Amino acid sequence: MTKTAARPPAEAIAVHPVQAPPPAGGRGRRRLTDQVRAYGFLLGGLICFALFSWYPAIRAVVIAFQKYTPGSSPEWVGTANFTRVLHDPEFTAAWRNTLTFTLLALLIGFAIPFLLALVLNELRHARAFFRVVVYLPVMIPPVVSALLWKWFYDPGAGLANEALRFAHLPTSNWSNGADTALVSLVIVATWANMGGTVLIYLAALQSIPGELYEAAELDGASLLQRIRHVTIPQTRFVILMLMLLQIIATMQVFTEPFVITGGGPENATVTVLYLIYKYAFLYNDFGGACALSVMLLVLLGAFSALYLRLTRSGEDGS
Amino acid sequence: MSTRTLVSPAALARPRGRAVYWTVFTAVVVLFTIAFLFPVYWMATGAMKSPDEVAKTPPTLVPEQWHLSGYGDAWDLMQLPRHLWNTVIQATGAWMFQLVFCTAAAYALSKLKPAFGRVILGGILATLMVPAQALVVPKYLTVADLPLIHTSLLNDPLAIWLPAVANAFNLYLLKRFFDQIPRDVLEAAEIDGAGRLRTLWSIVLPMSRPVLGVVSIFALVAVWQDFLWPLMVFSDTGKQPISVALVQLSQNIQLTVLIAAMVIASIPMVALFLVFQRHIIAGISAGSTKG
Repeated sequence: MTKTAARPPAEAIAVHPVQAPPPAGGRGRRRLTDQVRAYGFLLGGLICFALFSWYPAIRAVVIAFQKYTPGSSPEWVGTANFTRVLHDPEFTAAWRNTLTFTLLALLIGFAIPFLLALVLNELRHARAFFRVVVYLPVMIPPVVSALLWKWFYDPGAGLANEALRFAHLPTSNWSNGADTALVSLVIVATWANMGGTVLIYLAALQSIPGELYEAAELDGASLLQRIRHVTIPQTRFVILMLMLLQIIATMQVFTEPFVITGGGPENATVTVLYLIYKYAFLYNDFGGACALSVMLLVLLGAFSALYLRLTRSGEDGS
Repeated sequence: MSTRTLVSPAALARPRGRAVYWTVFTAVVVLFTIAFLFPVYWMATGAMKSPDEVAKTPPTLVPEQWHLSGYGDAWDLMQLPRHLWNTVIQATGAWMFQLVFCTAAAYALSKLKPAFGRVILGGILATLMVPAQALVVPKYLTVADLPLIHTSLLNDPLAIWLPAVANAFNLYLLKRFFDQIPRDVLEAAEIDGAGRLRTLWSIVLPMSRPVLGVVSIFALVAVWQDFLWPLMVFSDTGKQPISVALVQLSQNIQLTVLIAAMVIASIPMVALFLVFQRHIIAGISAGSTKG
């Protein structure tokens, strides 16, 4: 920099004509080829997004107002699909089950991983072992977990009742009883998915500065007070985030009810996504399936938007 | 050693503190073993019991006789080699398609300044708000009859591969990583006469190994674990991946054989996890704090 400043002005003047911008036509062509190249790189991804994300989203809304049978041309039917779906007795059951499932999964699936992470963070031995073991069920294919628990819940030689008998407790119908089926599925989903949650909580707990605990202890805060006034406020953001993610995920539950209960007994475990599947592939009613999809989409979209807003603001804040 | 946590080191050093610590430690080991390892043990040994023994109450903790025939039967009766092969083809294909197209698109969005780049990125990020499963039916209809070319991808691995590319999460992960690569590094390569493809191949990609690893694992696991989409797309039994085949065949097959098949279906992902556990666990933990 200083060198240029020291240069005699004559030289700068001499250089000037060489540095003049190239003719406008050449630059434009250059820009065009740059753009063509850039879009060459983008094209594959762009086509896939257009075909399998954007187009289906628009189509869901369109077909929701059509009578649609593959192969024949669709007919506009106004809101008939929505009214038909709304009057289906399974509709109420599906939404009630899905919301109950989500709520139960939140209660069990939030409290247990958080407590586990809290305890694990205090342990100073075998840390790697705990992390691997808790994450192991996540790597087992969900279909296998579902079949495995279906076998555990078997009224005959199932392990679940065997464990109850061993502890001298009354046996349960588990996934085969109308009032216990949904809870049984929540247990499966929690078992299969909590590894990831525990690991994320652990990482959040490890980022809490130790001085905060020291200061709290000097002020005479007991263990529970330290959890309440240091741990929870410090991890509040992560907790909220995981709760939202979990709501979004559990509201789309399908594999467990499909594999373990088939939606039964007496529709006790039919979920919204399961109902969408049934409308499309059992009743061949794609209009109804899309009407249901749109309803699910609107609700989940709201949660997702909230999640994205929170992550954005969290990023800006930290 | 590590930083101070909830319980102070001083409290742990006291005899009472140490007694409590080791009690809790043992309790957690026992709990984890029962809750997470025992079901896996039960599955692996259940497959080696005789059909009578597996239905016995109370059950036996250790098989009276070790039958390996369950695994052999599952392999042959349930045509596991074919379904495993289908899954491998679907998963590796989806992985490669994602690596090629997501990387290229992320590179373009990050470094090549395409016109309307921000709009496109916004459109891609918007799909994060639309939960994938809620759109399976219109997505199925699209795959069954592709617009303009009117071809059906049903029962074709392309039905897994192409939609896998529309993964906003992985694309954004790659783009954010590319954003961190300083522009002068790329400009230096260009001055040396490297084209954009060459810059991507020999400068950007080697620098991006960690993020490519994460994306690869996510891509492979996602396809291997998926159920609803392949259930819809593959009605042809011979083309079904292992997850769909297991459920379809579970109704009319002997329990021990089914359990053996479940074990076999779990092995690849569990093995992948055990090999890459450090990276996977670090990836999940890092993902949380960095958003």
